[in-house]
Amino acid sequence: MKWRFLEEKIFRAVMIIATSLTALILILIIGTVVVKGFKALKLEMIFRLPQGGYYFGREGGILNSIIGSLQLAGGATILAFFFSLPIVFYLNYFSKSKSIWPTLIRFSLDVLWGVPSIVYGAFGFLLMTWFGWTASLLLGIITLALLEIPIMSRAMDEVLKLVPPDLLEASFSLGATKFETAWKVVIRQALPGILTAILIAFGRAIGDAASVLLTAGYTDNITTSLFQPVASLPLAIFFQLGTPYPEVQQRAYAAAIILTLIILLISYLSRRITRRYAKHLVF
Amino acid sequence: MSLIIGRPHISLKNLNVYYGHLQVLKNITLDIPDRQITVIIGPSGCGKTTLLKTLNRLLDSVEGVRVEGRVLVDGEDIYSPGVEVTRIRKKMGLLSQRPQVLPMSIYDNVAYGPRIHGLKNKQQLDQIVERYLRIAGLWDEVKDRLSEPASRLSLGQQQRLCLARGLAVEPEIILGDEPTSALDPQSSQNVEKCLLSLKSQYTVLLVTHILRQARRIADYIVFLYLGEIVEHGPAQEVLNNPRDPRTKAYLSGEIS
Ligand SMILES: Nc1ncnc2c1ncn2[C@@H]1O[C@H](COP(=O)(O)OP(=O)(O)OP(=O)(O)O)[C@@H](O)[C@H]1O
Ligand SMILES: [Mg+2]
Repeated sequence: MKWRFLEEKIFRAVMIIATSLTALILILIIGTVVVKGFKALKLEMIFRLPQGGYYFGREGGILNSIIGSLQLAGGATILAFFFSLPIVFYLNYFSKSKSIWPTLIRFSLDVLWGVPSIVYGAFGFLLMTWFGWTASLLLGIITLALLEIPIMSRAMDEVLKLVPPDLLEASFSLGATKFETAWKVVIRQALPGILTAILIAFGRAIGDAASVLLTAGYTDNITTSLFQPVASLPLAIFFQLGTPYPEVQQRAYAAAIILTLIILLISYLSRRITRRYAKHLVF
Repeated sequence: MSLIIGRPHISLKNLNVYYGHLQVLKNITLDIPDRQITVIIGPSGCGKTTLLKTLNRLLDSVEGVRVEGRVLVDGEDIYSPGVEVTRIRKKMGLLSQRPQVLPMSIYDNVAYGPRIHGLKNKQQLDQIVERYLRIAGLWDEVKDRLSEPASRLSLGQQQRLCLARGLAVEPEIILGDEPTSALDPQSSQNVEKCLLSLKSQYTVLLVTHILRQARRIADYIVFLYLGEIVEHGPAQEVLNNPRDPRTKAYLSGEIS
């Protein structure tokens, strides 16, 4: 057999092995969580606060953590967006072509992307001790936003690079400024990618335990102020798994199922929205 | 050399354009007549697109470009410091080689220009959209689907939409960079007809490599070769009695 055909076969095999291994591991993880948590998964988990005198809750639900996680990740995503958008506009449209800054900024963002989240948590904790704050929703949001900014902005950066230059010229030739072009044309064209970037960042934030551990605290109640501690699903899972009681551990897995479902729901919704806007795109 | 009737709308004086070290336009001096169709012909790579982009300063955003000399529009040097680029561009509508619609509805494409220049009134916008879509000969085809994405139109329709969009900012000059090269013959004819009907009110500057198109619509011809103007003058004169041997060679298809 000719080498070219052998090459093709080998490459095929490698692709199939890699893909199926990944799929298998994913199935194993989700399978474990579902099997272990399924029994504890009751509707009241979603609708009630922890009950039963335990801080981690042997009974009742994890409504505090669900709402807390949405508050934390939602707030952080909004905050991160208001930083990431100007960053990527600068990188792509407003920086001087010979300037060294865009390269430097992209490099720093890439480095920050790889920094473990516990380091962000420690940084938030430092802020807290310097200023004499206590663990709170606000501090958790700020820390998570720091975690999200590199992810969101680099993902959006890659998307903006794909916007055709002719489209920009079309807008400029009508007398639009760079800002108008970026705001009214680029955003529309890049919207699906921007939404994906936001979603990736949100997913990273809502699943992260280490950065909220030291900064957001924990509570059995629903948080109504930016300055109170807030519960979160990853910490609920972390704490409950750490107890010696099997029935509490089971509830941790149930919480993990809920966290996974939330992420699924959000990616589904964002895909729906994206499709609504994608019809306007030009190529 | 022949005389231009009336004042020139655009005057180029000793224009040199460089991409880095490569000089693309060489010492161009040219008057473009008001409210006529001026057609720029010349072989591929001779600098036609560059010349158009020099006029509306789209060249500004290209890296490493240097422009020397003067470009006067209505007597104003558009490259003198302090000139607002957006105001210059608003004076000119550009049709590019491939129609480039904006990622929004048909209506919003036409309304985009007026909106960024401050028009908010819905009724006025409606009127503008209808008026310019009619002028571009597109109204009857799209009047029932104004809110549909512009990207669903055929290429020929998209090019006419781009024309309507450009006209909606009320320019004085229309720049066309081979605007029919991506279109089928019928659509090309439509666009040509539009341009012909527009010359009573607009100065039209058109790049083409289709000699028959030049014969059909040009009042004034500029032959550009390797970045230099070889010959320019009234269309009949240049097309029928070229003086320069290079123009002769180009017109007879020996250089392309
Ligand atoms: N951004 C750029 N950087 C460097 N050189 C460029 C750039 N754009 C164009 N050129 C060069 O400038 C010359 C003129 O290009 P231009 O696009 O103006 O030619 P043209 O006459 O429009 O050609 P065509 O008929 O193929 O469209 C070409 O040699 C081209 O390679
Ligand atoms: Mg060209």
